[in-house]
Amino acid sequence: MRQTFREALQSGKFVVTSEIGPPKGTNVESMLHHIDLLKDRIDGMNVTDNQSSVMRYPSVGGTLYIQERGGEPILQMTCRDRNRLALQADILFAYSRGIRNILCLTGDAVPVGDHKEAKGVFDLDSVQLLRTIRTMETGKDLGGNDLDGAVEFCAGAIVTPEANPIEPQMIKFEKKVKAGAEFIQTQAIYDLENFKRFMEVARKFDVKILAGIILLTSHRMAIYMNKNVPGVFVPQDLIDEMEAAPKGTKVAKGIEIAGRMIRRLKEEKICDGVHIMAIGKEEAVPDILDAAGL
Amino acid sequence: MKSITRAKPMESVLNGLAGYDRVFIAGCGTCATMCRTGGVNEVAAMRKALEEAGKLVTGTLVIPTACDTLTHECMEQNREAMEDAQVVLVMSCAFGVQTVAGYAGRPVQPALDTLFFGLETEPGHFAEVCMQCGDCVLARTAGICPVTACHKGLLNGPCGGTNNGKCEIDSSIDCAWTLIYNRLKEIGRLDLMHAYCEPKNFQAMAKPGHIDISAEGGESR
Ligand code: SF4
Ligand code: SF4
Repeated sequence: MRQTFREALQSGKFVVTSEIGPPKGTNVESMLHHIDLLKDRIDGMNVTDNQSSVMRYPSVGGTLYIQERGGEPILQMTCRDRNRLALQADILFAYSRGIRNILCLTGDAVPVGDHKEAKGVFDLDSVQLLRTIRTMETGKDLGGNDLDGAVEFCAGAIVTPEANPIEPQMIKFEKKVKAGAEFIQTQAIYDLENFKRFMEVARKFDVKILAGIILLTSHRMAIYMNKNVPGVFVPQDLIDEMEAAPKGTKVAKGIEIAGRMIRRLKEEKICDGVHIMAIGKEEAVPDILDAAGL
Repeated sequence: MKSITRAKPMESVLNGLAGYDRVFIAGCGTCATMCRTGGVNEVAAMRKALEEAGKLVTGTLVIPTACDTLTHECMEQNREAMEDAQVVLVMSCAFGVQTVAGYAGRPVQPALDTLFFGLETEPGHFAEVCMQCGDCVLARTAGICPVTACHKGLLNGPCGGTNNGKCEIDSSIDCAWTLIYNRLKEIGRLDLMHAYCEPKNFQAMAKPGHIDISAEGGESR
């Protein structure tokens, strides 16, 4: 039988997860293709939940496809679109259909997305959502009522190691671990020295850390992220390296860089694994794994 | 504390007045005057704009405090001009609009959008610092309200969108949780931020809110 994600985390091996972005619409063809491409090569596959506040096919629907096709799904749940009733109902549904891994997130702000006039819910926050899952595991809901059939999840959360200022982030990180997070997938990291400093603190907590990897596809993308994506910092030497790569080989260069970073993270035992965020470049993930020797 | 308002676009005001030829205009001498949205000058400008748009303005009035009960008397003194109008255009916050609507005996139309209760932090600059949630958490956040000042109203610390101390939705807005962290640190109470905060009671004040402090001990529901 397939190893569960929790077993993978506890096995001590270098864990690899990636993510699937569901379609805008009902055409699931390319999502299924990406699932098949990755399902046998990694330990868990996240499905994003209306990522960047853009309305899409639901994350729970994506996880069911992964399940059907023999992969190990990780259900991403944000607090932006559902109140505590809807979140709990979806948690019950996911469990009843065999989903066993959840990633709890706050969710991006509504105005960054494609339904700018929508109401942002945020009835719960990510720490409270983690606690909700742990409460539901005891057979009770958030209202203190008995559940006819409880749930059980391997639950995780995220952290932004390059956030500025970092101290409030670390307090929240600690609260997430205390609330029951078993694993943490980080925002993208590029500066391994910075990340090592983060890990010195994170190591003190009983939680598995998977470093976030985003494939660089051009030096412009790196500059764009530095400017516009909170908590992402691409050091100048990587930007230069991308810029120096001849035209037509930029993606190959990005794959090489990602593979090199992952190999170092693994060989130097800096963290417990990686979470590769493909963001539209799912096809490249197997190449990144090859480049990393995984 | 002031009720902060913003003028609706003139196009929207005129759309609302479609079908009405005779208009009475009421401004407010308190918050809307401070906000420069419904004082003497703005009422005069509105009169001019409406006349240019072909309306007959039957009269204007700047009520001292439109949300006050004295508004009734004030309007009585202008009854004739008001009765000559088909509609009352109110240039005050929605509290004033609702008060005027209770006495006007004819349709009223707001000329302003009511935004929030603001604290004047520097002359002419108003900040929303409280949303009247009925379940105040200021004791654990060093007197800075996360329900109001954090875009997502988070209670257990910042989201991942904090960018150099600013909020992910707007780089000109401070991240509330950076401010809270800094002040808690300053007063030596970071322990408050480490403590878990339970989900908020969003029904702490029944909607619609009512309170009767004339009853013994006060009574709210
Ligand atoms: S928590 Fe914030 S919104 Fe609620 S009463 Fe206190 S200051 Fe006002
Ligand atoms: S950046 Fe700060 S203020 Fe903005 S939503 Fe996140 S925690 Fe709240």
